Amino acid sequence: MKTLVRELLFPLIAVVAAFLVGGIIVWMVGDSPLLVYELFFTSAFGSVDGIGYTLFYATPLIFTGLAVAVAFKCGLLNIGAEGQLIVAAFAAAWVGLVLPGWPALVVTLLAMLAAVVAGGVWSGIPGVLKAKFGAHEVITTIMMNFIAAGLVSYLTQYHYRKQGDPILETLPIAEKINGAVVGPHIPRMSAMLAPFGISFPDRLPLNMAFLLALAACAIVYVFLWKTRWGYELRAVGINASAAEYGGISIARNIVMAMFISGMLAGMVGINDVLGYRYRYYHNFSANYGFTGIAVALLGRNHPAGVLLAAILFGALIRSGLFIDIFTDNVSKDWVVILQAIIILFVACEAVFRGGAKRFIRGTV
Amino acid sequence: MLKTIINLSLLASMVRYATPLTLASLGGMFSERGGVINIALEGIMLAGAFTAAAVTVKVGNPWIGLMAAATAGLLVALIHALASIQFKADQVVVGTAINILFLGVPPLVSGAMFDSTGSTPQLPRDQTLPEWHIPLIDHVPVLKQLLSGHTPISYLAFALVPVSYYVLFRTRFGLRLRAVGENPEAADTAGVSVYRIRYAGVLLSGVLAGIGGAYLSIAQNSLFTRNMTGGRGFIALAALIFGKWHPIGAFLACLLFGLAEGVSDQMQGVVPIPVQFIQIIPYVLTMVVLAGFIGRATPPRAIGTPYIKEK
Repeated sequence: MKTLVRELLFPLIAVVAAFLVGGIIVWMVGDSPLLVYELFFTSAFGSVDGIGYTLFYATPLIFTGLAVAVAFKCGLLNIGAEGQLIVAAFAAAWVGLVLPGWPALVVTLLAMLAAVVAGGVWSGIPGVLKAKFGAHEVITTIMMNFIAAGLVSYLTQYHYRKQGDPILETLPIAEKINGAVVGPHIPRMSAMLAPFGISFPDRLPLNMAFLLALAACAIVYVFLWKTRWGYELRAVGINASAAEYGGISIARNIVMAMFISGMLAGMVGINDVLGYRYRYYHNFSANYGFTGIAVALLGRNHPAGVLLAAILFGALIRSGLFIDIFTDNVSKDWVVILQAIIILFVACEAVFRGGAKRFIRGTV
Repeated sequence: MLKTIINLSLLASMVRYATPLTLASLGGMFSERGGVINIALEGIMLAGAFTAAAVTVKVGNPWIGLMAAATAGLLVALIHALASIQFKADQVVVGTAINILFLGVPPLVSGAMFDSTGSTPQLPRDQTLPEWHIPLIDHVPVLKQLLSGHTPISYLAFALVPVSYYVLFRTRFGLRLRAVGENPEAADTAGVSVYRIRYAGVLLSGVLAGIGGAYLSIAQNSLFTRNMTGGRGFIALAALIFGKWHPIGAFLACLLFGLAEGVSDQMQGVVPIPVQFIQIIPYVLTMVVLAGFIGRATPPRAIGTPYIKEK
C-alpha cells in the first residue's frame, strides 16, 4: 500500500508542478491560467466528442508508452519509436496497396501483421547492434529515425503517391462509399457499438485500435510479470551481469526487448492507417514516439501507469486546439511545452523525493 | 548535368552548411568527453536560433543577437546540467525533454512577441551578420569559395577546431574533462571536482550550439522559422560519433555532411536521384561506424551515467 501511494504520488506531484509552471507561462504571455485550465478540462473530458478524441489521441501514446516501457525494463532506452511507427504505418498501407482484389479481412490482418513486424525489425536492428557490437541504442535509434523518415518519404513520393497529389501521402487502401468503409480497415467505435444499441457519433475517429491498445496493456503486464521470458528480460534490466551469472543471455534479451518494443510502436500504424486515414500520410505522427518516452516515465514503466499517462497526454493534445482558439496569445505550442516540463519534472524525481523526505523529517 | 551539381560554388555551400554543424558538434564533444551525453543539441540550437533572431529584431544589431544566442544556449545547457549532473536525472531523458521544450517555446514566445504563428519578422539585409571578403584570396578560385565571403560565425567555427583540439589534449582542463568522462571515480580520488568539470563541459556545449543556431537565423537566413534546425542538432551528434569524439574527426565529418547537404540542394529538380538518398547519408554512415564496419567508434567510458559522490 505504501509503495502504491509512493508510485502514484510522485508522478502526480510532477504533473501538478508542471501545470503550475505552465500556468505561469500563460500568465506571462498575458492570458488567464484559470481559463486555460478550464479549457483543458472541458474540451478533453466535458463531452462525448471530447472524450472520444482524447481516447483517440491517447491510443498511439499507449502503444509508444508501452514500447518505451518494455525496452526500459530491459535497461534500454528506445528513442526510436518515432521511426519504428513510421515504417510500420507505411508497411500497413503498402500491404493494402499491393494486394488489390484480395478479401478485405485477409488484407486487414496481413496489414496489421506487416505493421507489427516492420516496427519490430526496425527496432530489432539497433537491438542486434547493441547485443553484438555494444553500439549505444540511443544513438542508433536516433539514426534509424532519420533513415526511416528518408526511406518512407522516398517510397511514398516516388512509388505510391497519386499522380499530382501535392500532399506526401500514398493512394488510399479503403474508401468511404455511402457511409460505409469499403476495403481493408478496422471498424470505428461507432460501428462496433451499434450492434449493442449504443449510439456513438460516427464522426469520431476512435476505432478498434483503442481496444487493441487496452489488450496490449494487459498482455505486456502478463508477459513482464507472469512469464519466464518477462522475468529474464527484467533481470537483465535490473542487473545484467548478475542475470548472466544466473544463466540468462544478455544479448538474447536485448534483441527480444527491442523487437517487442518496436512491435508495440508499430501498432500505432494500425490506428492511423487501418483505423483512421485508410492511407499512409507522411506527417501523421505528432511526435508520438518522443511523447511515448514521457508517457512511460510518467507511468513508471507499468502498463496501468502508461494507460493513465497516455490519457493525460491525449487530453493535452485534444485541448491544444481549443486553447489556441479561445485565448489571445497562448498557441497550441503550450501543450508541447507542458509535455516537456512534465518529462523534466519526472526525470528529476529525486529532487521531489529528497524534498519530501526532508519535509517528513521536519527539516524544511 | 553533372556540371550543374559539381562546381566551385558547391565548396562555398559546403562551408555554409558545415558551419552550424561544426559548432554544435564541437559543443557536443565537450559535453560527451566529460561523460554527459548531449542529445539536446537540437533544442539548444533552436533556442539559439530563435533568440538571435528575436533579439536582433528588437535591438537592430546582429552582434547583440549573436551574444544573446550564446547566452540562451548557456541557459538551456544549465537546465541540462542541473537536471543531469546535480539531480542525477537520466541524461537522454533530459535531452529529449529539452528538445521537445524548444519545439514549443520559440513559436509560443514569438506568437506573443510578434503576433505571428511561429516565425520572427524578416530582418533587413544590413541587420544580419556581414560576409567577410578576404582581399587576396578573393581572387583565387577554390580558396575563394572555401575561405572568403563567409560570415564571422564560419571563421569562428574553423578557428575553434584547433582551439578545441588544444584545449582537449594540451590543457589541464582538457585532461580533467577526459578523466571525468572516462573514469570519474579515479578523477575524484585525484582531487578533481567531477561535478564542476562536467558543468563546464555541458555549459560550453550550450554556448557553442547556441551560436550554431544563431548562424541559421541571422547569418544563413534572416529570420527564425518554426523548427528551422530540421534535425541539424542530430546530424551534429552523428558527426561527433562519426568523427570518434575527436575535434578534427568531428570537423571532417561536418564538412562531409555539409557537402552532402550542398549536393542535395543543387540536385533538386536536376538529377533523377531522389534527394532522400543524399539526406540519409550522414545517418547511414554513422550506423556503419557504430556497427564497427569502418573502424570502431568507442564513446567515453562513463558516458550516460550520473556520478554519485561517495560520502
